[in-house]
Amino acid sequence: MADQGSVDPMAQFKIEPIFGSDWTIAGHNIAFTNSSLWMAIATLALTIFVAGGMKRQLVPGRWQMAVETMTGFIDSLLAANIGPNGKKYVPYIFSLFMFILIANIQGLLPLGLVGVHPFTFTSHFTVTGVLAILSFSIVLIVGFAKHKLHFFSLFVPHGTPIWLLWLIPIIELISFLVRPFSLALRLFVAMMAGHVLLEVLSSFVINSTNSGVLWMGVVGIPSFLLMIAISALELLVAGIQAYVFALLTSLYLNDAENLH
Amino acid sequence: MPQISQLADTYASQIFWVLIFFGFVFFIVGRGMVPKVMETVAARDGQIAADLAFAEAARRAADGAESSWQATAAQQRADAHALIAKAKHDAAAASEARLHAAASVIDARIAEADARIAAAAAAAMAEIETVATEAAGDIAQRLAGISVGADAARSAVKEVLHG
Repeated sequence: MADQGSVDPMAQFKIEPIFGSDWTIAGHNIAFTNSSLWMAIATLALTIFVAGGMKRQLVPGRWQMAVETMTGFIDSLLAANIGPNGKKYVPYIFSLFMFILIANIQGLLPLGLVGVHPFTFTSHFTVTGVLAILSFSIVLIVGFAKHKLHFFSLFVPHGTPIWLLWLIPIIELISFLVRPFSLALRLFVAMMAGHVLLEVLSSFVINSTNSGVLWMGVVGIPSFLLMIAISALELLVAGIQAYVFALLTSLYLNDAENLH
Repeated sequence: MPQISQLADTYASQIFWVLIFFGFVFFIVGRGMVPKVMETVAARDGQIAADLAFAEAARRAADGAESSWQATAAQQRADAHALIAKAKHDAAAASEARLHAAASVIDARIAEADARIAAAAAAAMAEIETVATEAAGDIAQRLAGISVGADAARSAVKEVLHG
């Protein structure tokens, strides 16, 4: 950030305390940061969205229809992956999906035009890690509560040859334990990569334009067109990553609920 | 990379606030509102299914009523046809009987008239015999000057008239 026009693509992920810098719990600082602010905004937006769909009319209006479409989407996702037992996870998966979806999308809002920096808190693995550990903990709790120690049979898939019994459970155990990391890292990396890419391209636009009309034509304008396309792609990724997080959580819950 | 360079300073705040806000989302929105939304959907689906079932039942009832009405109509039509046929048959029988009666009256009158004609013919024949007898007696007297007895003249006339 030394000379004008250079852009630090990582600056957008910087966490800055807004207030409460001296708040602590058991010695840990819990300042209310820009990240917390956008979590609050996402929470508020989601609450308003769902509350607007609670008119409970027999013939739904547009808003109610939209909310019912989302709950119906999660409901059918769980019905398809878990079966009739999946109904009780609708509140959790719905919260997870909508919270991540709104977080991803609000990070792409063009609020920079009015000088506001929309912070994407799903680009921090501290946040995605908490959500992944929550999902993984629910899987463990449900699995052991429902199947007791029989839950360990998850690590011996059907049709495992006897002579491979020393190897398969180890592989299965590792793949099982990797799940929370893959959940958390997938979302964090996907969100961060898109934002970094957009930031790098925007620095191309700015720097090439500063270098004169020729470089603006050769580098700046193609980069700008690419940014438009990638912004559209990022909206898609925002939806897909929220969906993948919800889908994988429901698949893991299926293991816990039905073994296999 | 702030995610790592700021990790030590911010992880507690990040974890704390995401738990607060996601907890709020889960308990207030997920547990509080979503079930009500889904209840509404389920109630609507139930109502639609009930309405469809009711409409189906009503359609069946209408079909049943129509077929029973058709059976009644067919029955009534058949009754009417039978009634008409019976009336026609009765009327035909009655007119035949009356024709029969009239015919027998006419036959009787014809027979009576025939008898009268026969009687009149016989009477006329007798008259002719008498006249012929007298004429024969007269003719015989005038031409041959023979006085023929009435009986002889009658038998002669009879012989001529009846061969």
